[in-house]
Order: sequence, then C-alpha cells, then structure tokens
Amino acid sequence: MDPVTGTMIRSGSVSVLNPLDLYAIETALRLKEEWNATVTVITMGPAGANRILKEALSMGCDEAVHLSAREFSGSDTYATSYILAEAIRKIGDVDLIITGERATDGDTAQVGPGIAAWLDIPVVSYVASVDITSPSEFTAERLIEEGYQQVQGTLPALLTVVKEIAEVRLPTLRGKKRSMNTTIPVWGVAEVDPDPLKIGLKGSPTRVVKIETPKVSRSCRTLVIGEELSTEVAVSELIEFLEARNLLGQEV
Amino acid sequence: MTMHDVWTISETLNGKLKQISFELLARGRKLADDLGVALCSIVIGDGISDEEAQTLAHYGADVVYLANDSGLASFECTRYANVLLSLIETHKPEVILAGATSSGRTLMPYVGIKAHAGLTADCTELAIDEKTKNLLQTRPAIGGNIMATIITPNHRPQMATVRPRSTKILEPDYGRKAVIQYVKYPDKVSVSTISVTGIRPFEGQQSSIDEAEIIVSGGKGLKKKDNVGLIEELAAVLGGEVGATRDAVDRGWISYPHQVGLSGKTVSPKLYLAVGISGAIQHLAGIKTSECIVAINNDEQANILGLADFAIIGDLFDVVPELTRQLEKRNNA
Repeated sequence: MDPVTGTMIRSGSVSVLNPLDLYAIETALRLKEEWNATVTVITMGPAGANRILKEALSMGCDEAVHLSAREFSGSDTYATSYILAEAIRKIGDVDLIITGERATDGDTAQVGPGIAAWLDIPVVSYVASVDITSPSEFTAERLIEEGYQQVQGTLPALLTVVKEIAEVRLPTLRGKKRSMNTTIPVWGVAEVDPDPLKIGLKGSPTRVVKIETPKVSRSCRTLVIGEELSTEVAVSELIEFLEARNLLGQEV
Repeated sequence: MTMHDVWTISETLNGKLKQISFELLARGRKLADDLGVALCSIVIGDGISDEEAQTLAHYGADVVYLANDSGLASFECTRYANVLLSLIETHKPEVILAGATSSGRTLMPYVGIKAHAGLTADCTELAIDEKTKNLLQTRPAIGGNIMATIITPNHRPQMATVRPRSTKILEPDYGRKAVIQYVKYPDKVSVSTISVTGIRPFEGQQSSIDEAEIIVSGGKGLKKKDNVGLIEELAAVLGGEVGATRDAVDRGWISYPHQVGLSGKTVSPKLYLAVGISGAIQHLAGIKTSECIVAINNDEQANILGLADFAIIGDLFDVVPELTRQLEKRNNA
C-alpha cells in the first residue's frame, strides 16, 4: 500500500499559526495514523515562521519545509500559490494536500484552490469530514450553504478543511523535544526553482493602490433597563426602531 | 483595443437562480455601463429553463451563457472551471464577478490561476477608474480594520468576488430580453475525477447563516445550552437564522455551521441581533458589514456597543422573551 502523504499549507506571512490551519494539521495527522503516512508541513513566510513549523512538528508532523526568500515577498495569492505548488512538486509523490479554509488575516481563501490549479489536481473545499477509502480514493462532505454536499473522488487531491472536521490535539512533550532538536530546511529561490516572473510583487497580477481606515460612524442608542425604564417599554422602543428601518419584514 | 464584456457567475439550486445571481447583476450593470460594454451572465447547472434564464435579463443581463448538463447539477470545481475556462478563452471578458459563496470562493481562485488572472476576494465596492478603465476593487483587510483598494493593471480578466447580501438588486424590468447562448462542453465535464453523490441537509430546522437577512446570535451570556431555545424562538418569530459566538460553539451549545466571526462565517445581514455577546474582536470582525446591529446585554461597557446601532442593557432572560412576545403579538395583529 502506498503511503498517503499529507501536506499542510499556510498562506500569509504573519508568524503566528493561522488558527484555521490547525484543523488541516489535525486532519493530516489522523490520516497519518490510519494509513501510516508521512506528513510534511509547509509554510511560506519570514524567518519567524520557523516557530509555526516547530509547533506543527511537536503535534506529530514528520517533516517541515520553510519557504523563505526576499524574492518571495510581495507575492499575492496568485504568486503565493505558485511558489507553494512548485515546492510541493519538488517534494514530490504527494497524495493529499490539506490546507486551512482560509487565513484569518488575509481572509481570501484563495491559496488552497490556487495550489490545486497550479498542480492540475482536483480541489474539494470547505471539507467538514473526509474518509480515505482506499489508497487512491476518498469520500468527503463539504459544508455549503444548503447543508453538506457529499462527494467522492480520487487522489491526488487538495482539500481545504473547516473547523468542524476535528478537534485539535495539543503538542506532546516528546514532540516538543523532537521539534526543538530538528533543524527545519529553508528553501529559497535555488531550492524551489520557480519561474522568476511568477513570484513576488513582479509575479502578482494584483496591486494594492490605496489603504484606508474606515471610520466607525455608528452611533449607538442605548437603553438601560432599571427603575426608570421597564423591560416592556425598552422592547417596544426597539421594535419601533426596527420598524422605522423596515427591518421587520414586508407586512409592516 | 476593444473593450470586452463584464460577466457575472450566476448560481442555481435545483434549476432555480439564487438571490446572489441578481445581486451580482446590480454590481455588473454599473461596471458594464461605465465601460460601455454588454453585461453577460454565466449560468452553469442542470434543468435551467429559458424562462428562468430570462429573469436575469429583467435584472440587468444583456446576454446569458447557459450551460445545462446532468454532470453540472451540483457544484464541482473541476467541471465548472472547465466550462468557465472554455468560455473565457472564446470571449475574453474584461471583468468576472462571482459571489463570495462556498462555490464562488472555490471556482474563482481555481479559474483565476488557470486563466492567469488577478482575483480579489470579498469586495465591498467595485468601480471603474475613469482614466485607466481598470476595475477598482475595495475590500476589508486585516480582520476588517482597513479597507484596501486593489487593481489588476496588466492581466485580464479582472476577477472579484462579492459577499452575498451586500448589494441591493435592481428594480426589475420585465420587458427586457437577453440573448441566450447555449453552451455544451460534455467532454470537459466528464474528465473530472470528483463526483457529487448527494446532499445531507442540516439537522433540525437550521439552515445557512451566509445568506440570512436576519441573524439572532447568542454568546456566553446565554449561560447554558438549555437557553439556546430563547434565541431560536426569537429567530423564528423574526424569520431569521440562529448564529453563535465561538464561545457558544466551543461549549457545544450550538453547532459550528452557526459560528460567526473570524474562525466562523463572516456575515452581512440586514439585522444582526447579538444576545449575551460581549463582542470579542474576532466576533466583531465577522459582523462589521451588517446593516443594523442590535445588542442585548447586561454590561454597558461591552465591546459590542462600539459597533451596535441600538442596545438594551438588561437581563437577557427578561428582555428576549419579552421581545419574542411583543413580536408575536405584532405578527398576529
């Protein structure tokens, strides 16, 4: 039986582990236990991102690769997913790639499906449960607007997983010791060997042209229930407020 | 250089167009008019009638590309992407807009890479730059604390997703007719190795909060699972859905599909009613774009009041049942 290889991807460059990526790691580790697989965790980010990979190793991931180079910086989701996809190609022999649903900072959810497109493999997004049914097949449920869409497919594939998929384990003491003694390889341009025109700012189709801090202009009308204001009156004032804004449906 | 068209990606469920399809047309109509080009809508699905497709004309579409195929009945990324990529290759659109939905947020990044296009997620504002004719895409970034305007200067199409319920649909013009172009790519559909086998509905009466106009959310202030019924009753009488904070979900009171906030759903309903929610920054980031926020809380210092439009400070166990009672009375009047 071929081992299943899980690879976890983190997008963005802030050196705290994106909380939603923990679910990707957990999913990979569960599949590892079931199928005797090797789990490699990948992140792209500045030097500090090393800490994130150590955390993943201490949870039980087998290998880690840190993608970091001056040339990578300024990458948008197009260039980021390209660099990650190229690194995955270099690692090779990957059966399953698992990413978090999205990063809680950038919040684009674009890198996971983007990697799948670069690698030309199927993507199944918003996965709330997954079963590897044979060394080359899986079934999954996607959390969508109408419920859980049930799918089946073949490996290799990329899954983006939602929080519902699993409860995340804590790092073990043994894992922590092991991760402390592990030197995580840093891959730059020489190792990943990307097309230089597709990375960094130069390789990014999108440009940020303006940044604004929106002013919060909400003014809150606050009613405090007490001796001078009964619950009943406060509630009827709220209903009047909502009616005036036409927020209580058509029959008004 | 001739300017090409503006496209929207319509969504369907069981042969019927979903609300987001019409919202996108309102966005697209303005862009198409500013560019002086046609507004086209892409409809991928199964069993969609011409009559149904023509409703897109009522809400702004000039052209509908209709791809009906039994293999396209339910969203599957590879199949939908193959159809869309074939259309892009043939017609070379200027702009493509899709909903920031589970399917739009999967299809667009996948197609964006294959088409070598730029993509901006969750845009709240879209406009055409008068001079360059570039699409100005404005979105909240870094947890909603800043607004970033993004352009795609050298790549076409310019792709963007828009959150559901963030756009008012146009007044319908039932006299408008669209040109329907039928597209068939059976070989592009059959290549996919992923197949959809079914759908499991949410348990109980719950449905998705993504598209809800009214959300009644509960937090730690509910104190225990038994009290979730209070907000369920209120949601029912308002015709809304139940939401929850991460706290309430982690305690097992309410299931994850209801979670609102950075690690749950970002929502933008017309009315967000926060019950017993203090307002952690991660939660507030998920509700910022709501049209109206009402807080029911016992703490006058709670963070949520910084974002709320109306607040009642009192015991939620008195206020919520009273609110439900008065609304019921009003509904029955």
